[in-house]
Amino acid sequence: MEEMVGEEPETRDSVEAEVLIVLCSRAENVSNFVEADSIFGPDTRLVYKHYATLYFVFVFDSSENELAMLDLIQVFVETLDKCFKNVCELDMVFNFSKMHIILDEIIFGGQVLETSSTEVMKAVEEISKCSLSLSLSLSIYIYIFTLGYLIDSVSICHNAGWRRLQMQSCFQNPFLDGKVDSR
Amino acid sequence: MAGSSIMESFFQRSLEDLIKGLRLQMIGESKFIAKAMEEIRREIRSTDPNTKSIALQKLTYLNSIHGIDMSWAAFHVVEVMSSTRFSHKKIGYLASSQSFHDGTEVILLITNQLRKDLNSTNEFEVGLALHCLSVIATTDLARDLTPEIFTLLSTSKVFVKKKAVAVILRIFSKYPDAVRVSFKRLVENLESSDPHVVSVVVGVFCELATKDPRSYLPLAPEFYRILVDSKNNWVLIKVLKIFSKLALLEPRLAKRVVDPICEHMRRTGAKSLMFECIRTVVTCLTDYESAVKLAVEKIRELLGDDDPNLKYLGLNALSILGPKQLWAVLENKEVVIKSLSDADPNIKLESLHLVMGMVSESNVAEITRVLINYALKSDPEFCNDILGSILSTCSRNVYEIIVDFDWYVSLLGDMSRNPHCRKGEEIENQLIDIGLRVNDVRPELVRVGRDLLIDPALLGNPLLYRILSAAAWVSGEYVVFSKNPFELMEALLQPRTNLLPSSIRAVYTQSAFKVLVFCLHSYLLQKEAIPSSTLDDLAPGVSNLISERECPEGSDLAKCEAPADYEQDEGFNPRVSNRSVEDLAIENGGDIIVTHGQASSSVSLENDAFTHESVVYLLNMIKMALVPVSGSHEVEVQERARNVLGLVELVQQELPGLLVQKEKSFDNEEPKASKIIKLMHAAFSKELGPISVSAQERVLVPDGLMLKENLSDLETIYGDVLLPPPSSISIGSRLFVERNGVSLFMHTKVESEPSTESTSQLAEHRERHGLYYLPAEKNEIGSNDYPPANDPQLPDNLNDGTQDLVKLTEQSLVSKKKPTHAKPRPMVVKLDDGDEVHVSAMKLVKEPNDDLLSDAVRDILLGNEARPTLSRSNPSDKSSGNRRGKGVYLTSEHASESKELGDAEKPGHGSPSSRRSKHHTHGKERHRSPRKNDEGKEENGQKNKEKSSHRHSRRKARRRADEPLNAVAQTTVVPDFLL
Repeated sequence: MEEMVGEEPETRDSVEAEVLIVLCSRAENVSNFVEADSIFGPDTRLVYKHYATLYFVFVFDSSENELAMLDLIQVFVETLDKCFKNVCELDMVFNFSKMHIILDEIIFGGQVLETSSTEVMKAVEEISKCSLSLSLSLSIYIYIFTLGYLIDSVSICHNAGWRRLQMQSCFQNPFLDGKVDSR
Repeated sequence: MAGSSIMESFFQRSLEDLIKGLRLQMIGESKFIAKAMEEIRREIRSTDPNTKSIALQKLTYLNSIHGIDMSWAAFHVVEVMSSTRFSHKKIGYLASSQSFHDGTEVILLITNQLRKDLNSTNEFEVGLALHCLSVIATTDLARDLTPEIFTLLSTSKVFVKKKAVAVILRIFSKYPDAVRVSFKRLVENLESSDPHVVSVVVGVFCELATKDPRSYLPLAPEFYRILVDSKNNWVLIKVLKIFSKLALLEPRLAKRVVDPICEHMRRTGAKSLMFECIRTVVTCLTDYESAVKLAVEKIRELLGDDDPNLKYLGLNALSILGPKQLWAVLENKEVVIKSLSDADPNIKLESLHLVMGMVSESNVAEITRVLINYALKSDPEFCNDILGSILSTCSRNVYEIIVDFDWYVSLLGDMSRNPHCRKGEEIENQLIDIGLRVNDVRPELVRVGRDLLIDPALLGNPLLYRILSAAAWVSGEYVVFSKNPFELMEALLQPRTNLLPSSIRAVYTQSAFKVLVFCLHSYLLQKEAIPSSTLDDLAPGVSNLISERECPEGSDLAKCEAPADYEQDEGFNPRVSNRSVEDLAIENGGDIIVTHGQASSSVSLENDAFTHESVVYLLNMIKMALVPVSGSHEVEVQERARNVLGLVELVQQELPGLLVQKEKSFDNEEPKASKIIKLMHAAFSKELGPISVSAQERVLVPDGLMLKENLSDLETIYGDVLLPPPSSISIGSRLFVERNGVSLFMHTKVESEPSTESTSQLAEHRERHGLYYLPAEKNEIGSNDYPPANDPQLPDNLNDGTQDLVKLTEQSLVSKKKPTHAKPRPMVVKLDDGDEVHVSAMKLVKEPNDDLLSDAVRDILLGNEARPTLSRSNPSDKSSGNRRGKGVYLTSEHASESKELGDAEKPGHGSPSSRRSKHHTHGKERHRSPRKNDEGKEENGQKNKEKSSHRHSRRKARRRADEPLNAVAQTTVVPDFLL
């Protein structure tokens, strides 16, 4: 799973492919940074984290701290986990717009807006409340009509691999949280 | 109508249905998407807002995951954005930030919608609008919405304020004049009580300061306060980033921040903050010994960590520090060198850089030797990293660190034999470049070239073709230094050369031509020389010996004087031909085996040097090899081959005549062929030299030649222009004249060379394997003997290698002062112009907007108070003065819209008074803070008087600082007391 903002579709495919090649070539237990000048232009680096079947990739430049970026991925995943109650791959597949809400609360116009997952959670919940009002009723009808279809797709989901993310038992940002954290 | 819309929404697929449907399609996904797109196209035209928005949501999804075009739906996006329902609006905004860009036409329509939403009471709607702006804001949008953003900067809602601050970055970069309106308010937010807001503001300043640090120097006190007070690691990291930019510009600032930074480094438990402190110290505080020591201590901690990320970053910090404080690297060199064998590619690469950073004139040979051996055992990618960094380090600044070029050239030869070597192009360039620049190395260069050419195995490796091309060129150009031109000719014409691409084959053929001319010329000279030497007994032998010593340079001179004058050449050529005779003699199962060194030169003159048989043999060989090629489809190869054959035929016709010449000794009548040969030889012996990069610029453009006529398209076609290939080296006048020490060196070389051995091997080999499969002299260390890439004993070897390296660097460090080189460094031709020109031409072109932005920021921070004085001198009202000032920054495009600008500006005009009143309150707050006063006390007494109102005094200082600014615009001065 890569999160990318503002890429042209044509170039995006090739960029995705390049990133994938780079990531696949890396062994387990090596450092999480990759120089990405050849893919994303000068002064860019890529940091990734690997959870079960998912790769989270952030691209950053020299105005960010490497370790802080690594923690930011952790913040993102942690927030996803809180929002979806034990997040799994399928949550991300099906909750396209919610993923966007979460990401938008963390990264805003290329800048890091929020580094605390509780703050992000608060905002996301309120935004969701705001937009919940109508669509619920309609989708209930639709589900009644497409019940058989739904069952089919659930079994498919099982086949496709319904894997929970292997999250660390307690969420901590080892690099960003020191003794002197105000939050 | 109403009924149909209900039915529509009733049967509409939701996004979730779409995703499920897509996942069901194992194959034929595109068919399913096409069908879904059909539905979407229908639904999106619906009058029901719900149906429309869901259709748009599906489209957005398909666009982001499957790359389906959605630009056609731009107008529908605007419709959904303007919906009153939040859930619809959200879908619309997401779609717009995903699909709109500067060229989208409907973007003109959303200004009012955005304005409405920015003023909305629902903070989430404001958030949506801000988010959209941060992604798609155009110059127009930024200009028109600056007043709204300005208002939002002082909102009480943190959720909105954060985003309003963050969006500023996009606004500033699109519309620099927004700085004049909103910069002060942005600065005020640095003192916000909310940590989240401060974090974002600092982030924005960090981004701004990266582009143009100088403009933000006046804000240093604010950042300093945050550096000392803040407990938020994220904010501290960003502030450190800012200081690492600012401290480089202002040494006094560096002095001020070094202590707090060290304090953070000592105290913090957060690795990210610690690393940022280290990085700040190693980039800009290297003058402070204690700080550097502390940083190195912390780096050592990182290097000892098990986490590869930390280790990598530690090495990274070391390599930043390396160029300035080499001791820090040397102190940790064991770790560094061990890291060469780490499993992590980042760590390996970083330590390689560090190792190469330790290379100096005295230890380059040892370090590269070990590295080259290590490269053999590494994976192909890292192997090439090693080779690449050796090549670039050694060639840096025109081979600055190379003293012994003979060594370096043979190193290049060894590199070529590395099975993973992909640096062919670079090695090719260096081989030729060194040949051109360093006169003394040419004999060794020819020897290396011969070894490469003669090995038929190398011709099977396409990665080496470029190197072989260089080897062929070098052998042809400097054939005078060849020990055995006949052997060289065989190598150049061996059957496997048909594996080469035609461009390189052409180089081979041309080199063969040069060798042929050389051989024939030597043969002729010999014919003429023999009578004289037999007649004049010993005297010419002595003179030959003397002139022999001067030969490499002397011949150059001679050729300049008169190309056909071979009185000098006569003394010159026998030396070479002499040895060839020996070789040949052995090759032909020789009658004479020469064992007595120097004396033989005069003796052997009496024997036939280039025997008639050997020349005939040579000519036949060439004919045999090149006749098939002369029908080649490649013009370059064909033409050159035909040239050679033409000469061969001419000579063969007249060969009897040439023989006859032997008898009638002092006859001036020369056959046609020998005239031609002399002419060709003269032509080929003109020296080629390196060319300055700027040489082309000095060529006058002839009249009537339109160079810049519509050829700009070509640039895009030939995007990456190749480096100047060897063929671009034109014939120049002689560039080198250096005599001292060289002749001696040449001489010893001749004596010590065990040439007979190799050639006897060669003869043996030929008997066994037929004519062409010549063994390379250095076969023992050649490609055959390399350990396989995946050696099972690899770890052992690795350790050996690294251990070796550890010892070696220790050694080399001790002996660093001693001059280890016996020989003086040969002269290297440098063209001192050109390089610099090149560099200046490469200077980065700044974005025009960046300049506008930094000008505006400087105006606000330093020149703000100057404006009243400006308007005083111009007795019109303030706003017109303001506008006039602004006019400077307006591009012609903007000028037409200046009326609108005036409108947009208005809120900005209203603000100064309110801002000022705010400052007063801030000033009072500051009074309560004792630290501020302390800070003030540290400054000199005169300024202490003004501390009653910190802000006021600063403003005065700004006014003061403004004066030098106007005089010398570039030297922004930070007022003393701010530090």
